[in-house]
Order: sequence, then structure tokens, then C-alpha cells
Amino acid sequence: MNQIRINGKAFDVSDDELELSLLEYLRERRFLTGTKNGCEKGLCGSCTVVIDGKALRACKTPVGKAVGTSVVTIEGMEGPNGALHPIQQAFIDAGAIQCGFCTPGMVMSSYALLLREKEPSRDDIRKALRGNLCRCTGYQQIVDAVELAAKVIREQALPADAGSLR
Amino acid sequence: MRPDTAFRNDARAKVTGRATYADDVSYAGMLHAVPVYADYVAAKDMLVDASEALAYPGCVRVITAADVPGQANFGQIEKDYPIIASGRVRSCGDVCALVVADTREAAKAAAALVKVSATPIKPVLTVDEALLPGAPVVPSYGDSNIVTHHRLRHGDPEPLFAGCELVLEEEFRTQAIEHAYMEPEAAVCVPRSDGVVEIYGSMQHPFSTRRFVAALLGEPLSNVEVYTIAVGGGFGGKDDNAAAVCARAALAARLTGRPVKLRYDREWSFRETYKRHPYRLRYKVGVSSEGRVLAVKTTMHADSGAYLSVTPWVTWRSTAQCFGPYSIDNIHADVYGVATNNVFSGAMRGFGSPQVNFAVEQIMDIAAHRLKIHPLGMRRINMVKQDSVTVTGQRLDGHTVSLEDVMNRVVHEIGYRKKYEQCSFGKAEGGEPGSGELYGIGLAISYRGASLGAEGMDFCSCILNGQNDGSILLETGIHENGQGSESAMTLILADELGMDLKRIRYRRSSTSSIPDSGTTVATRGTIMGGSSVVVAARQYRKLLSDHLAERLRCRPEDVTFHDDKIWGLNYEYSLSWEEAMRELFLQRVTPYAFGTFQAPPVSWDDTNGQGDAYFTFVYSCQAVELTVDRKTGNVRLLNIVAGHDIGKAINKAMLLGQMYGGVAQGVGMALTEDFAREDGKPVCQNFDKYRIPRITDMPEMTGVIVENSDPNSLTGAKGIGEPALELIAPAIANAVFNATGVRYNELPIRIKPEDLA
Repeated sequence: MNQIRINGKAFDVSDDELELSLLEYLRERRFLTGTKNGCEKGLCGSCTVVIDGKALRACKTPVGKAVGTSVVTIEGMEGPNGALHPIQQAFIDAGAIQCGFCTPGMVMSSYALLLREKEPSRDDIRKALRGNLCRCTGYQQIVDAVELAAKVIREQALPADAGSLR
Repeated sequence: MRPDTAFRNDARAKVTGRATYADDVSYAGMLHAVPVYADYVAAKDMLVDASEALAYPGCVRVITAADVPGQANFGQIEKDYPIIASGRVRSCGDVCALVVADTREAAKAAAALVKVSATPIKPVLTVDEALLPGAPVVPSYGDSNIVTHHRLRHGDPEPLFAGCELVLEEEFRTQAIEHAYMEPEAAVCVPRSDGVVEIYGSMQHPFSTRRFVAALLGEPLSNVEVYTIAVGGGFGGKDDNAAAVCARAALAARLTGRPVKLRYDREWSFRETYKRHPYRLRYKVGVSSEGRVLAVKTTMHADSGAYLSVTPWVTWRSTAQCFGPYSIDNIHADVYGVATNNVFSGAMRGFGSPQVNFAVEQIMDIAAHRLKIHPLGMRRINMVKQDSVTVTGQRLDGHTVSLEDVMNRVVHEIGYRKKYEQCSFGKAEGGEPGSGELYGIGLAISYRGASLGAEGMDFCSCILNGQNDGSILLETGIHENGQGSESAMTLILADELGMDLKRIRYRRSSTSSIPDSGTTVATRGTIMGGSSVVVAARQYRKLLSDHLAERLRCRPEDVTFHDDKIWGLNYEYSLSWEEAMRELFLQRVTPYAFGTFQAPPVSWDDTNGQGDAYFTFVYSCQAVELTVDRKTGNVRLLNIVAGHDIGKAINKAMLLGQMYGGVAQGVGMALTEDFAREDGKPVCQNFDKYRIPRITDMPEMTGVIVENSDPNSLTGAKGIGEPALELIAPAIANAVFNATGVRYNELPIRIKPEDLA
């Protein structure tokens, strides 16, 4: 049986589900609607999820390709009892949220960055989020947020990994 | 001003992915609808053959204009926009049928089987073609492609040109722009057992949406309840089309008796939805040797596209603000809206002013350069100051006219004076040493009439509903599109009632729960909605004071509200909100207030374009530093400073976010975005070809907040939505000139390496 891990839980994938994009699968079959559909062509980054530590676009990832991997979606970033991941808290504190449609993808791309880079420069942050479009914020406070999150994680010696926060 | 910490009532929902947008809504037994495009640019005798589509497994129904019980055509001003087209096709965005099926996949597959036939007619693709004698007439109403004409006559410029030191004649062109909100249109409509149809839509104007839905269904407004849910951006773009998407889904729900979802692909959104009006602007400007602008004549043509939408209002603003924030004694303007077979133009953040500013703020720099006057001096001589008279004859005496102060602060923040001397002007090596790049700094200033002005009736309501446990429900007629209006209203109420934020719940409102307060447009959310909260809060305080004074052992006028309590004289007695609500209950008094704020009066004389166009103005200055690569012509933005007098900051982090976001949209307008058409069909269908600024395209930005509390607003706050966008494009154009020595009068600015030779 084909299995996929989503936010720490294993799911059996049926044959017809293998044909879907991971975006359709997450939204329509797992009802994880936090992952957003902005263009369906891999151009806007709204559907970014983290697969085995890497930020990828769910709309361009067939479910078949995700079989055997561990997927983290925006819903997996929250800890038990609703504790926010430091990246989520930083997006709030830095005022990085407006319409919110790009926010889940932004948070996931930031998460993948902070998993591999503990002290990213503002340039590093911009490069890591290059594939995530936002029409509301001009990105300034999003860069601030990721910088703030990295600082909080370093200073409080928190694990960046969402899984270990659960 | 509050501390820098950001407040958003929806922050937690949005950062956890829990915020519910229209496409996240599902109902058991829900059907899916998709649109069918006529796929002609201009045609007549259109026929739709749905027989094959109907036979497709899962297809439930194909809806055409023949199935419409109400009006198939609707619009905000002229009812000319086909929610479902029949007979005549006027643009390639026209929808001629809806396919409804059990699944979205089946609906899409069946839609591909719908056959549309028609007789093509010669399309009108440009303003010039539309104005030719004998050109085919596009609009369904009237007999001309000129769909609107505004005149402004202030003094008499013609005799003055001869005596001017410098007479400039310049033409500018601006492009069509897609709003490119990250969330494409979507609607879920649910027929309720009591006869009401509920709408959950990605739209920015619930009341406008309700009018479209009720018109299409042929039902009273009271049959339609449009609910506010999370909206993934609007920027003016989620009105007519987004309302039509809701109306189509509602019709499908009515005809099938089932919940229906209609979600748009990005390609459909690009194809069908209205754009920012492309403008052609011609200016003749006479300037004295000292740099005083003595005479101006301007003619503008805006491409309205196939349908009227709000073209008369957009071009009205261009008229009222036809020469930027300058006091000119002799100026004539003629501003035309022209119909073509392009996908129609409509509201977009800025609304007729970014186009004008692109021209005027370059003219000021061109004149300064020719007359060898400093660009700041040129602006200082001509700009509006306290008690100045505008080009519409309005005396600016009802508020603080801070334009010069705003400009000074931005100039100081970015170091414009020194850096202006370091610009390359196409010659010297500026920029980073040895980089082969040309360096330039540029700025632009503007004023913007806040709210609708003489464009429409302007009022807004607020409801406060106190609860027994000391909590309170707040709602206003302003709609949350993502800009943070609910948060601003919540902060204003907390201040007015001296109440802890935690007590306030912004109620998810619907068109059935609060009276129509107009649309959330025109930078009117904070000034109109916020003022309505103050009106309601004043009534609420009066009610509470009258009934609690005895308990507080003081006169009603001595009762005060602060520190999350209600106080008597000298802080001797106080009541918690819990105690106060209990006391009201015992007195059988309902803690409830309904307040309406009416905008101060404005006036307009259509014949000469004169009057008090707006009750107050936002003053702005933005400056940018950039380099231009000599070899490639590529522009790299280094630094942007945006300064705005917004009256009073309500939510500083969100205010800055509006500034940065507006600037980014202006950067796209300046450098990358172009919704081009070939033979009336869009070249761009998605974000691969339509390039909005990425995070790597944007420089670090600084926001300069100037606060002169505005007496016309009950909170002192004005607004920021549109001022933030309307002037970075000319600032960039000026910086590009200061770097390269080349003037670009057309948007987007595309620098060819040979220009720099």
C-alpha cells in the first residue's frame, strides 16, 4: 500500500488519488485547505508545502511523487494546544499579514529556509522566498518576520523543526 | 500613536491556515459550475449549442441567458455588462454559458463540449480606432464610442502661453494593469429553505454584489444575503466581475436547488476581469523663467473597454486632480472615456490618479531640468499650501495642508539633495564604483482627495451590541478585503470606550445585518468606517452614562471610560464592564447603538469642473534610488522612502504595510506589468508572462508617517490605501532620467541598451 506522511500522520493513498496533484489531494481529500491554490501552474507559491525538509509547490507535485515522503503543511506548523511556531508568531508580530492568501506558502518557504540556515541574511531570506508572490505587503514586513523568527529560534534555543515542537 | 506591535483580529486564523476563503467552503451535495467563453472579440448573432455538453456524464445543467429570470445585463452606472451574454459579443472576456456538474472536473470537461457560433464583426481595438469617423459603435447604449467627457475650466490658459519662458508639449501613455490579487474569484451559493440565497464570495463589495445577484435572479434585495469571509486581496478589482461570479453561482443554485461552487482558474480571472484604464495624456504646459506654471491645457483619453463599469468616476478623479498637487490659476482639461472591444476597464487602487501623476510629476522634472531649476524648488513654487486654491477652485482651508512638510521629511530621510548631485545623467559613472551602472534618485509628490468626493453619496454605519458578560459585538458597513479594516475599527472602538481589545468581537456581518454603507473603495474605509464607529461609540457612552451615573454617584456628564472600566468623578467609584452590563440589564435597558457618519459636504459643477471636490486630502511624497545597467538596461531599485500625511495612525504596522504594498504595486506599474492585448485577446494568462514584483525585485523601504489630525474625520485619521500606490511610477521615471538622461513617457518603462549609447 502506498503511504504518505502528512504532518506526522500516515495516510494510505488509493490508486485514483495517485493521479491527483498533491494540492488537490491535500485540499479535496484530506480537507487541509490551509494550502492555497493561486495559479495551479507553479508560478505563485501559494501552495508551498515542505516535503522531506524542502519547500515544494504542491500544485506541481503529483501525489505519486510524494508517496513515501513526509509532508508538512501549514496545519502542521501549530504545536499542541494551539502553540504557534516561532515563524507564525513572527509573521503576526512583524505585521507581515494582510489578505493572508500567500501567508501559508510564505510560512512554509520560510520554514524550509530556517531548517537549513540558522542565521539567514535579509538577502538570503529574499532569495529563499523568491518563488512566493505577494500582492499586498511589498514583502518588507515578510523579510522582517523571517529575520525575527530566526532570531527568536536562536536566542531561545528552540528547535526550528515543527515536528519536534509538537 | 499606538506602540509598534501589530494588531490584526484575523492574524491567528491567517497564519495557521484556518482562515476560510470562498474556495475553502464546501457543502454536502454541492455542485460545481464553470464559465464558457464566447471566444470572439466582437461578434453578433451568437448561438450556444449545449446538447453534447448536457450528455456528458455528471453534467447537471447548462445555463444560458435564456434561463435568466431577471436582468442578464447589469452594471454600477450603466446596465450594459452581460453577466451572461446573448446575441452580441463585445470582448473576449464575455461569458455566454455556465456548465453545472457534480464535480469540477466533469463541469470543465462538459464545458469544452459547448459549441458557440457567431458572426464576427470588425473589432475596435484602440482608442484611436474608436474615435475614427464611422468606427463601429461598441456600447449597447448611446451612439458614440465616447462614453464620458469631463470638462475643467479654471481661468484661461490659451493667451498666456505666448508669454511663457518655456512651453512644454508632452504625450504620455499608461498601460492596462491586472489587479493580480493572489486569490482568484470564487463563490459558494446556498439556497436556504426560507427562500434566501446565501453568498460566500471572494468579492470586496457585499452590497454591490447583492445588487448584481438580485438583478440576475430578478428577486428583491432582501432575498440575497452576502456574507463577509476572508478575501485574498481586491485592490478595486473584486467588484463587477467578482459580483458576476457570485451572481452566476447564485443563479445555478436557484435553478438546481443545490449549493453551487464557482471557482475561477487564474487564466479565467486574467481573461475576464476588468483592468486599470490605459490612458493617453497630452499636456501643454507654460512655465515662467522662475519655474511658476502659468498655463496648462490637457486632453486625456481613457480606454474604457467593452463596458462602462465605473469609467465616468475614474475619469472624474483624473479631472479633479488633473495637474497633481499644484495650484494653477489657468488650466483647462478635457478627459474622455472611450469604448473599445478590449476587456473592460474598471476600478483599481489609485482610480484615475496614477496615470495623471505619471505625466504631471515627470513634467515638473522636465521643466525644472530645462529651466535649470532644482526639482524641489520647482515643486515648492507651485505646490498647494495652506489656504491654496486647487484647480477645481476649492480653497484648502478645512484641514492641515502639509505637502511641503511631507516632501521635506522624505527629502531628509533619503538624503535627496546630496544624492541628486551624484546622479549619472547618462554620463558620469555613478552607482557603486566601477560597476558600470548608472545611478539616479527621483521623487514625486501628490495629493489625493480622500473618500468618494463629489463622485457619490458618502455615508457609513456602525452597530454596537453590548453583551451581558461585558463583551461587545462591533460591525460596520466597511468590508475586510485583507487590508485590516476590521482591526482598525476594533482599535478605534477600544479607544473610544477605554476598553480592553479582548472584549471586542468584530462580528462577521452580512448584507442583511447592517444597512448599505456604500462600497469599500476610494480610501474611505478608515475615514468613513472609523468615523461611524466614533458616532456609535458616542451614543453608546451617552446611554451608559445616563443609566450608570447614579451607581457612580455623579452626574452623567462626569462619567468617563478608560482603563477597561467606567468611572465616576475623581476615580472614587468605578464599574467593571461586567457590572455595568448587569446594571443595564436590571434597568431593562439594551446596551445597543447604531451610528451613521455622513461625510462633510462636497460640491461639483459639471459644466466647468469646478467645486469642492473632496472634503479632505492626503499629502504624499515618495522617493527612490536606483541603478540602470548600461549593458542590459535593467533597473535595480536600491532604496525607497514613502511619506504620507494620513491624519492619524490607527494601526502603525498595518499602515506601514499599506504603504509598502502600495509602493510594490506601483513598482510593477512602473517597470514590469503590462496587460497587453493582441487582436483584442490578452497576451498574459498567468504569472509567467504577467510579472508582478517578486521579493527580490523590491528594495528595503522606509515609511515616513506624518500626522496632522484631520478635523473632518472623527478619529483624525484619513486613509492610505490609494495614496501609497499613486506616485512611485513617476518617481522611478524621474530617477531613470536622472540616471540615464533619457525620458520614458510610456509605461511600463522599458530601457533598451541602445537608448543608453
